[in-house]
Amino acid sequence: MIRIRGGCIVDPANGVDGEVRDLWIQGGRIVAPPSPPVSEAEVLDAEGMVVLPGGVDLHSHVAGGKENMGRKLRPEDHREHVRPREGSLRSGSGFTVPSVFLSGYLYAEMGYTTVMEAASAPLFARHAQEELEDLPMVDKGLFITLGNNHFVLECLARGEEELLRNYVAWLLRATGAYAAKVVNPGGVENWKWGRNVSSLDEEVLSFGVTPRKILSGLAESVRKLGLPHPLHVHGINLGQARSAGTTVDTVKTLDGLGGHLCHLQFLSYEEAGEGSSLFRSAASRVATALEATTLSLDVGQIVFGGATTMTSDGPLEYALHRLTGAKWINDDVEGEGGGGVLPLSYDRRSRLSAEQWITGLELFLLLRDPWRLALTTDHPNGGPFFCYPQIMRLLMDRSYREEVIATLPPKVRSGALLPSLDREYSLSEIAVITRAAPARILGLRNKGHLGIGADADVALYDRVFTDGTPCRCAKYPSCRRALSRVRHLVKGGEVVIRDGKIVKEVSGRRLCVVPPFDESLEPRLRKQFSETYSVAFENYALEEGEFPHREVVPCSKT
Amino acid sequence: MGLRLVLVTGRTLEQAAGMHKGKCSEEYRAAVSRGEIAPENLAALSLAEGGAALLRTEHGTAEVRLFSADLPAGLLFLPLGPFANTLVGDETEGTGMPSFKGIPVEVELL
Amino acid sequence: MTERTEHVTCTFCGCLCDDITVEHEDGRISSVSRACPNGRAHFLDYAPAPRLPRIRGEEASWEEALAEATRILNAARSPLLYGLSSASTEAIRKAVSLADRLGAFVDSTSSVCHGPTGLAMQAVGEPTCTLGEVRSRADLLLFWGCNPAASHPRHFARYSTTAKGRFVPEGRKGRTVIFVDVRLTPGARSADLFLRVDPGCDFEVLTTLRALVREKPLREQEGVCLGGVSLGVLRDVATRLKSCRYGVAFMGMGLTMTRGRDVNVAELFRLVAELNTYTRFSVIPMRGHGNVTGADQVLTWQSGFPFAVSYARGYPRYGPGEFTAVDLLRRGDADAALILASDPAAHFPSRAAARLASIPTVVLDPEESLTARGATVWLPTGKAGIDVPGSAYRMDGVPLRLRPFLAPRRPSDEEILGRLLEEVTP
Repeated sequence: MIRIRGGCIVDPANGVDGEVRDLWIQGGRIVAPPSPPVSEAEVLDAEGMVVLPGGVDLHSHVAGGKENMGRKLRPEDHREHVRPREGSLRSGSGFTVPSVFLSGYLYAEMGYTTVMEAASAPLFARHAQEELEDLPMVDKGLFITLGNNHFVLECLARGEEELLRNYVAWLLRATGAYAAKVVNPGGVENWKWGRNVSSLDEEVLSFGVTPRKILSGLAESVRKLGLPHPLHVHGINLGQARSAGTTVDTVKTLDGLGGHLCHLQFLSYEEAGEGSSLFRSAASRVATALEATTLSLDVGQIVFGGATTMTSDGPLEYALHRLTGAKWINDDVEGEGGGGVLPLSYDRRSRLSAEQWITGLELFLLLRDPWRLALTTDHPNGGPFFCYPQIMRLLMDRSYREEVIATLPPKVRSGALLPSLDREYSLSEIAVITRAAPARILGLRNKGHLGIGADADVALYDRVFTDGTPCRCAKYPSCRRALSRVRHLVKGGEVVIRDGKIVKEVSGRRLCVVPPFDESLEPRLRKQFSETYSVAFENYALEEGEFPHREVVPCSKT
Repeated sequence: MGLRLVLVTGRTLEQAAGMHKGKCSEEYRAAVSRGEIAPENLAALSLAEGGAALLRTEHGTAEVRLFSADLPAGLLFLPLGPFANTLVGDETEGTGMPSFKGIPVEVELL
Repeated sequence: MTERTEHVTCTFCGCLCDDITVEHEDGRISSVSRACPNGRAHFLDYAPAPRLPRIRGEEASWEEALAEATRILNAARSPLLYGLSSASTEAIRKAVSLADRLGAFVDSTSSVCHGPTGLAMQAVGEPTCTLGEVRSRADLLLFWGCNPAASHPRHFARYSTTAKGRFVPEGRKGRTVIFVDVRLTPGARSADLFLRVDPGCDFEVLTTLRALVREKPLREQEGVCLGGVSLGVLRDVATRLKSCRYGVAFMGMGLTMTRGRDVNVAELFRLVAELNTYTRFSVIPMRGHGNVTGADQVLTWQSGFPFAVSYARGYPRYGPGEFTAVDLLRRGDADAALILASDPAAHFPSRAAARLASIPTVVLDPEESLTARGATVWLPTGKAGIDVPGSAYRMDGVPLRLRPFLAPRRPSDEEILGRLLEEVTP
C-alpha cells in the first residue's frame, strides 16, 4: 500500500480542484482511505506538491515503421541529443525522433503514463508491436489505418456493411490494435497513381467509392462494434488552404456517427485572400462547426523549431518534398495505404509557420468545452512531445503568449484573431486536456482520473513559486518549468520516479480491443490475400504471445 | 607481364549452395575459385578452359581456375569467398564497405 | 511418422518467402517444397540435433562455454558485436542490449552489404513501396547492379517480373523489364532491355539519365565518359521511365561495392524521387540476409542508428567508416568480438579476417562456420524459423513471424544472449 500524503489534488473528472488530502494506492489502483488507518504503508510525501493523474497522449508517433524510418533518416537529429546508460536504464539518442527507450523515459519524466501510437498500416503492426514492447514506462496502444484499405473500399462499393464490420473487428484483433483510423481516405489510394482527392465526393480510382462514403461507412462500423474509441480521423487536404472547407464538411458527415478529428490544426486553414498562395487560420469556422456536434479533436499544435513529419498521408509528404526539397521517404503499402517521412522546421519568421502556430492556439482557446479536446503536437509532426509544457504555458499565461505573438511577422499578427483572445486555461483545464479528456475520448475508464478504482498512475509536480505574484493558473506562474518534470511518478501502483530520478523501469501494458467477429468472413479474406498481399493469410495475424502485457479494453455493444 | 583486367566479385548460386555444405567442402572450394573471363581474354592468355592462373592485386594473390563466359573483354568475375577475399583490400573510404568490385587485377599463368 | 508444415517462412534471403511446405520426421527435415535452391539447402542442410559448444576447438559443457564467453567479454576493453542479420529480431534486441551494457561497438552485416544504401537514404531519402505493390501495380521494373537469379531466386516469380497482380493481370507481358549491370547475368537475359555499364561507371550513367529525365540538352562529346552506354540508348530509357504508370527500381551490390558506393546509390534514389514529377516511382534495395532489415530496424529503434554504432562512451554514436567492423579490425580497435549468426571469416577481406582471428571471439551460430571453427568459444544455437521462434523483416520492411516446426533441442540465440546479459559486468 502507498500513501501519497498531503498533496494538492487536481482531478477534474471527479470534480476535485486543488483539494489537499491523501491518496491511497493498492494493487495498482487508487483505493479508499483504509479504516482503521494502516501504519505500514509506504509514504510518498506530497506536501506542497500538485498531484495529477498520469498524462494521456492520445495521438503520437513513437513506434513502428514510419517512426523508425524517421530515426534512420536523421542521424543529424540524434548526434547532439544523447542520453547515457544509467544503471539498468538504457542509453539513447534523438531529439524530434528519440530512440524508443529514451521516448519512454522522457514521457515518464514529464508525468505521462499512457501513449497511443497513432498510425500503423496493419501489415506493419507486428513491427509497431515489437517496438512498443521496448517502449518502457507507459501503457500503450496502436491505431491501424483503414481509409485506403482495398477490402474496406470493396465492401463499401458493394454495400456490404456487415462484412465490413466483421472485417474491421477481425483486423483489429489480428493486429492487436486499440482503435481504427482513417488517413486521407481515398487520397492515398489515388496517390499510387500520382493523384489525390480534394473533396469528399471525388472518386477513388477504380474502386467507385468516395472519401465521404469511406468516412461514414467506417464511422458506422466502429460505432456498431462499440469500440471504446470512435473512428480516428485524419481528413483530406491536410496542410492546404482549402482544408477548413473540407474539415467542416467532414464534421457534418461524421455528426451523429461519432469520430475523433486528429491534429485538427493542420486541417483548419483557408486562403489568405483571393488568389493568394498563402493560407490563414480558419480556426473559428472549424470551431463553430464542431460546437454544433459532439465530435472530439486533438490540436496538433506546432512548436517553433525542428520537427520530423511522418504520416500515412503519402501525397502530403510528397507535396512537402516539392515545397521544401528536403530528403523524402515514401512508402506505398500493398492493399492498405502508404505514408512518408520528411524533416521540417517551423520558423517563427515564416508566415506559414506563424499561421500554423496561431491556428492551433486559436482552436485551443475558441473551443469552449475542454472535455472534447486533447493537447497534442502530433509528435513529431508539429514538434516533439516533450514541448507540451511550453504549450501548457502558452494556454495558461496570456502575457507569455503575447510575448511570443510579438515576435511573429507583423502581416500575420495584424490579421489574426489570436491577439484578441484573452482566455487563460486554469490548471484544472490543463488537467482536462492532458489527462481527463483524452482518457475519456479514448474510452479508458480507469485512466485520466484519481477516483477509487482508477489505475494508480499519479504524477506529482513541485509547485514553483517565483515572487509570490498571484496567477490565475492555480498560483502557478512558472508552470512551464514545473509541469516539465515530475518530482515523483507512480505508474501502475509502483513508484517509478522518485525525486526526479527514474528508480524503476516498467514495461507498461498493451491496451487492445477484441471485438467479436464472424468466421464466415474467412473465404473472402483468403481471396483478398491471394489477390493483393505478398504474405500468406496464415502468416498475417499476430499471435497472442507476440504482444505480452495485454490488457483488453471492453467494447460496449450499442 | 600478365594480362591486366578488372576484378568484379559477386554472388552465384553455387557459391551460396556451398555455404550450406560448410565452407571446407570441396564443392565450396571449387565454386569460389572459379573465375570467369571473356573468351578473347582466355585466348590471349593461351589458357584452356579451366586452366589455372594466378591473380594478383595490390592486396594479395589467389590461385584460381579460369573459364570463358559471356563477359565483356577486360572483366574478370570471381564469386565471393576466401579466394576473392585475398584480392580485396580492407580500406573502406569512410563507408565501412571495402571495394569488392572494380579492382585492377593482373592475371599470370602458372 | 512424417509431419507436414505449410506456410513456413524461409530466412535465407531478404525475400522471406512464406509459402514453403516442409515435411519432417523424428525431428529431421525430410523434404522441402516451393523453395529455391538456396532455401532448400537452408532447411535440408540444418542438422537440429544438439551439439556441444567448443572452447578453442575442444568440446565443452554449456556452463563452461558460457563462463568462458563471459570472461572474454568482461576482459575486453572494446569488444565488437557483429553480424545479427540471420538471427531473429528477439535475439537482435538482446544483442543490442548487451552491446549497450558492455559499452561495445555493434555493427551488422549491413556494413559490407547495403550499408552504403543506408548512407544514401540518410543523404537524400528513399521513395519505396512493399513487394506486394510491385506485384499489383508495377509496369516497369529497373534492376540496377543486382542479380536476383543468384541472390533472390524467387523474386521474379513471387513479386516482380512474372508475377500477376490486380493492375497487371497479364504478368510478364504487362511489364517492361530493364537490367543495368557490368555483365549479362542470368536474370538480365530475360530483360526487355539490357544496359552494360563499364565497371565503376554507374554514377556517370545515373547522372546522365537524371539529366535526360529533366530534359537537359545533352550531346555526345568526344572523350566524355558515359560509362559505356550511348546517349541514344539512355534517351530511350529516360522516356520509358517517365512514361510508365508505376515504376520500381531494385538495386544491389553492383552499386554499393563499387567505386562511388553510397554516392552511386544516392544518385539512383534522386533519380527515383525526381521521376515522381512525371509518374509514380519507387526503389527497393535487394537486402541479402533473411533478417538484415530487422538488424537495421532494431539498432535504429534502440540506438537511433542503423549500423556502425559505438556505445563506448555510454551512449550511442554513429560512425560509418569508423565503427564499422572492417574499419575497427583494420585499425586494431576491437580487442574481442561476439559474432552472432554471420561468417565474417569467410566474407571479410583477408586482412580483416586475419585481424579477427587474432582476437578472442565468441560465436553464436547454428552451423560450424569458418568463423565458428576459428572461434575461442563456439555456441551452437538453434535456427529461427526451424526450431526456435522469432520474427524477421523482409527486404521491404514487412515483418513476418517465424514459427518453429521442430521441437527445440538447442538453446536459442535469445536465451544465450539473455544469459550473457545477466552475467557480464557493465
